[in-house]
Amino acid sequence: MDKDYHTSFGNNLSPRNPSKLSRPKRFNITFIISFLILFALWIIFSGRFDGFHITLGLISSAIVAAFSGDLMFTSRNARSIFLLWLRMTTYIPWLLYQIFLANLHVMYLVLHPRMMELINPKIIQFDSRLKSEYSRMVFANSITLTPGTITVNVNALGRFSVHCIDDPSGQPLPGKMEEKIAHVFKE
Amino acid sequence: MNILVILLLFGGLFFFTGGSIGILRFPDFYTRLHPAGKLDTAGQFLTMSAISLYIMQDFTLHTFLTATKIVLIVIFVYLTSPTATHAIMDAGVRAGLKPWTKAGRHDLAD
Repeated sequence: MDKDYHTSFGNNLSPRNPSKLSRPKRFNITFIISFLILFALWIIFSGRFDGFHITLGLISSAIVAAFSGDLMFTSRNARSIFLLWLRMTTYIPWLLYQIFLANLHVMYLVLHPRMMELINPKIIQFDSRLKSEYSRMVFANSITLTPGTITVNVNALGRFSVHCIDDPSGQPLPGKMEEKIAHVFKE
Repeated sequence: MNILVILLLFGGLFFFTGGSIGILRFPDFYTRLHPAGKLDTAGQFLTMSAISLYIMQDFTLHTFLTATKIVLIVIFVYLTSPTATHAIMDAGVRAGLKPWTKAGRHDLAD
């Protein structure tokens, strides 16, 4: 046991496995995309187009993109990133529509004179079939954005705890939203 | 155009008012988070789109940049608001606060 531990530890550090030890390339596709996004934000926020401000923006965007370029993307393949975002843009309008419907529902509950009889708050639990951390994060945030349901916890096995304010809000979970996110992330 | 802006603003204020009333009316910590954290999303979307439409009426580069900034505010709030709401809820669960339920209320009444 003890010996096993030492040998595996040594293998990880040995230079025989160069793919694990070599540092990631600085100027890969994730760096370029992050740089373009950050620089576009810089242009919008500064609103000045003289050489001084543009140069400052170029330098600071490059520094931030070099440090955190690999945080935003799960893939290093430009084509798959593009396709993921394309599918995401079909998901977002549907999500906005759902948020609007759920907002109206919560408004109805808030303004109903016999509100205390309509609501039935409880914490429901269900297992999600989403595998990656990224898709679970999107799913949990979408649940919380839809009024009437708030994600309390997601554990490492994909078990979601959701607090819902009444029965109709909690019923459709996981349902269609999970299907849509699974389609976006191809899971 | 002004009529559309006014309608959007009133729609947004309607949701914000509903959120405030909800905070006062709902029975416990967890249920109060529902209107507090989230009726704002619709209210904010409507008021911000009204403001950006109003600014875009005389279309120059600078009004366009200002409108883009307002749209970015909406996007960032949509990203951070659920995270904050979830953090508050999780803090409540970790501190051991029991959620209010209908059954619990009947138990107390009996």
